Amino acid sequence: MAAGAETLKRTPLYDRHVAAGARLVPFAGWEMPVQYTGIREEHMAVRTRAGVFDVSHMGEVETTGPDAERFLQRVLSNDVSKIAADGAQYSVMCRENGGVLDDLFTYRHGSGFLTVTNASNHERDLAWMRRQARGYDVKVHDRLADYVMLAVQGPEAREMVARLADAELPARFRTARMAVAGAPGVLVCGTGYTGEDGVELLIAPGHAHAIWDALLHAGATPAGLGARDTLRLEVCFHLYGNDLMEERGPIEAGLGWCCKEDTGFIGADAVRAVRDEGPAETLAPFKMTGPGIARQGNPVQGGGEVTSGTMSPCLGIGIGMAYVPVEAAEPGTAIEIDVRGKLRAAEIATKPLYSKER
Amino acid sequence: MADASYPDDLRYHPEHDWARIDGDVATFGITWYAQDQLGEVVFVDPPEVGKTVSKDEPYAEIESVKAVSDVVAPLSGEVLEVNELLGDAPEKINDDPYGDGWLVKVRLSDPTEVEELLEREAYEGSLT
Repeated sequence: MAAGAETLKRTPLYDRHVAAGARLVPFAGWEMPVQYTGIREEHMAVRTRAGVFDVSHMGEVETTGPDAERFLQRVLSNDVSKIAADGAQYSVMCRENGGVLDDLFTYRHGSGFLTVTNASNHERDLAWMRRQARGYDVKVHDRLADYVMLAVQGPEAREMVARLADAELPARFRTARMAVAGAPGVLVCGTGYTGEDGVELLIAPGHAHAIWDALLHAGATPAGLGARDTLRLEVCFHLYGNDLMEERGPIEAGLGWCCKEDTGFIGADAVRAVRDEGPAETLAPFKMTGPGIARQGNPVQGGGEVTSGTMSPCLGIGIGMAYVPVEAAEPGTAIEIDVRGKLRAAEIATKPLYSKER
Repeated sequence: MADASYPDDLRYHPEHDWARIDGDVATFGITWYAQDQLGEVVFVDPPEVGKTVSKDEPYAEIESVKAVSDVVAPLSGEVLEVNELLGDAPEKINDDPYGDGWLVKVRLSDPTEVEELLEREAYEGSLT
């Protein structure tokens, strides 16, 4: 067991993971299920039916007060004023130099906002937001311990949750509050991280077991962080700490679409400069064209580095994303990746790497 | 996936490899425990035929969906044959770790090394 294992946090559903046969591993200070029956099986369950992920390690930050919107407009890259009363919006949070501190979803929440953080960044995000909040009439609340977050994903996911809910489910990128499996006040969000239809549920911890049990009874497959990673990579969603980092900005990460420099967010000037000049490197998806699987940290010949790599359960080949020089990022470009001392052949591909229509 | 098993007729290396000894030739593979820890094997990078492998040194790589692992040679010798089946069906390592999931056949350079390997009981005892 890893050093410090005794200090790992557990989600309220820890007992359910053990009961479902999970392999639990340390992840960002949490003891989390990486898989139950197997990554490939869980992955395919989400692609073909429905899976449920406990992602309670993700943090929530609630921002309230008269200046809440104006404050978030300053710390988040997207145009926060565009979030509808029942809306959700993706953005990044940048340093002054444009380096990415986190990527986050923000929901309107009563008169304030709820922002979902990455587990590994939660404390830093909170400290950063509180520091930036000086001069604004806002309160920044840590809500991590107040929510269990379940992602129910897959072509049958919405129907499964709808049968347990007492109101109509929100559309994509919308939110609604309702009772689910008899548990009142669940915040249902039309969001996800798998490329499948589905919802994410923010649940008071005391109600988590009832909803988890009801979802499993309805046929949802428990799915772990392993499948979550292969699913998100097939559709080229970014993972902070792999594809996003302080040392790189949102433009080179391909996230210019969620940066609205005219809002004057922290880092906007740096982001605008890179957007105008064009970045030296850009994050590009790739497919292996021969044997081998590139992994995070593998160098790309001619410059660049793999930031995420795995075996794609749907495509049956190695896939990944890498920062490469812009001139080498054209889809179809053949590249070679140094995989532990062996040069492996790959090809720059288009996003998403996997889609149902194919 | 098969149930946990550790056949009596094999010798085991503490790094979760097995060897089936037949005179001065041995077949190597990884144990049920090793494949269970790895999860679903998706790629095997075997050594070349004719290559020399050394006891306790890595000689092959096995990739699961999530990670890559070195495979340590339980004994020293020269690779006579690699299991070509694993190129198309690496999951055989999970399905049948002591049968179709074998990795290489090796001509042993020092058969006395066999004495350093563990019997089933000692290996299985080390897992708890």
